[in-house]
Amino acid sequence: MAGVLDWLTAPQTLFFLGVTFTVFLALQISAAVMVYAERKVSAFMQQRYGPYLVGPKGVLQPIADIVKLVFKEDLKPKAADTLLFAAAPVISAMAAIAAFAPVPFGAATTFFGLLPEPMPLMVADINVAVLVIFAITSMGVYGIVLAGWSSNSKYALLGGLRSSAQMISYELAYGMALATIVMIAGSLSLREIVDAQTGYYFGVIPRWNIFVVFPTGLIAFLIFSTAGIAETNRAPFDFPEAEQELVAGYHTEYSSMRFALFFLAEYINMVTVAAVVTNLFLGGWHGPLLPEAYGWIWFLIKLSTLCFGYLWLRWTLPRFRYDQVMDLCWKILLPLSIANILVTGFVLLLVRGATQ
Amino acid sequence: MTAQQVLFYLFGAFAIVSALGMVLNVRNTVAAALSLVVTMIALAGIYVLLEAHLVAAIQVMVYGGAIVVLFLFVVMLLNLRSDAFAPGRGRLQKLAGALLGIALLAQIVRSSVALPEAPPVPPGFGGYRQLGIALYTDYVLLVEIASLLLTAAIVGALILAKRKID
Repeated sequence: MAGVLDWLTAPQTLFFLGVTFTVFLALQISAAVMVYAERKVSAFMQQRYGPYLVGPKGVLQPIADIVKLVFKEDLKPKAADTLLFAAAPVISAMAAIAAFAPVPFGAATTFFGLLPEPMPLMVADINVAVLVIFAITSMGVYGIVLAGWSSNSKYALLGGLRSSAQMISYELAYGMALATIVMIAGSLSLREIVDAQTGYYFGVIPRWNIFVVFPTGLIAFLIFSTAGIAETNRAPFDFPEAEQELVAGYHTEYSSMRFALFFLAEYINMVTVAAVVTNLFLGGWHGPLLPEAYGWIWFLIKLSTLCFGYLWLRWTLPRFRYDQVMDLCWKILLPLSIANILVTGFVLLLVRGATQ
Repeated sequence: MTAQQVLFYLFGAFAIVSALGMVLNVRNTVAAALSLVVTMIALAGIYVLLEAHLVAAIQVMVYGGAIVVLFLFVVMLLNLRSDAFAPGRGRLQKLAGALLGIALLAQIVRSSVALPEAPPVPPGFGGYRQLGIALYTDYVLLVEIASLLLTAAIVGALILAKRKID
């Protein structure tokens, strides 16, 4: 018993619990912030005001939305599959939150000297982190597919089918773009990939993967971000919920908090994709001016910029046609990413030589 | 019992129960496919206990994710009715399956009776480096055969689905 108590009160354990709790809370808050940002950015782009009544400049709007959603009636179609209908939003939200676990967001820290040795700012330091994120996001597909199937509605079913096809297709391009970076960094651990991006070329250009083996790093970045948008089902790839054709796609029959869970999952997925892109291509928490210990500020800046980019894309680009989306994936992104891997491998072999 | 053993039995029980759920859920194909997912994830948990982290991640990603999603895709598109599973259909197949299963079980029991002591795990075991080197040196022929087989399957599917080339 004493052993368990010692373990529980050890600074490492407390730090781990604190980081886990903070990440969990921060993801929920980031979803709220993203909802507000989305409404404000879209309003700005369409020359409207957006939310402005609740709180100063409408910043409390997400809270009002949540309260409204909690008090809405929780509807369920009579012919729906009870168990799966309830499980689908939970699977979605759970996968979205869990996928952030292996993502580092700051340099290793002793937390003002309270820890005996520096610990990385992340929930789980896994040596195959990149693949684990993949594995967990591929579980998230089930949330959408099951929501579509269990609702017993044709719109929802079509949305679910589309999303499963789309997400499986784009997972390939996603993984292939990732392979380029794994080859360059020589590691599957996100922490090591970020560590490999320390320093500068010629003293000015940061050694970020986006600039490495130019232009393959940049191409991989573009493919990865495009596939990332498709993976999170955001416009211009939001086929699972194309409202003109499918009412609301897979969540047509959902209301109240169950619907809110899907919404939460979508925004958290977006933040996770942006965080992974930051770590893989933009040097993670590395940046000029700030000392290493405050690297998480750089991380947040890069993350917010990418998230704004996603919002920007959504409100400027119209939705593709479905066959165009599949063509883009299978006929452009996938061959391009394979060619990218070949070129990167060739250059790396020339530069580093064949090492065992 | 160590924590590892507890987890092993937990994952093992999960795998067996959900595998049974998959086999017994013949009427509800979606439930059967989901049971398969749980089996795959439980197996991935056992792989983690065996220090094979890479294999575990790939297990969840490929078998738990992509492949079963494709199963679900087909199940939803075909919209199978329960008379597709009426008794009397595929009796020979069932017999062959049962025989194969018994043979496999006998083999497992036979080899697990006289199990040699497990050799110590070398450093870096189960990592991507060791796995990659093993795949592309010792087992390169098998990898090539498997990839050829998959290519043949893709071409075959294309020919079946698209008789006329436009």
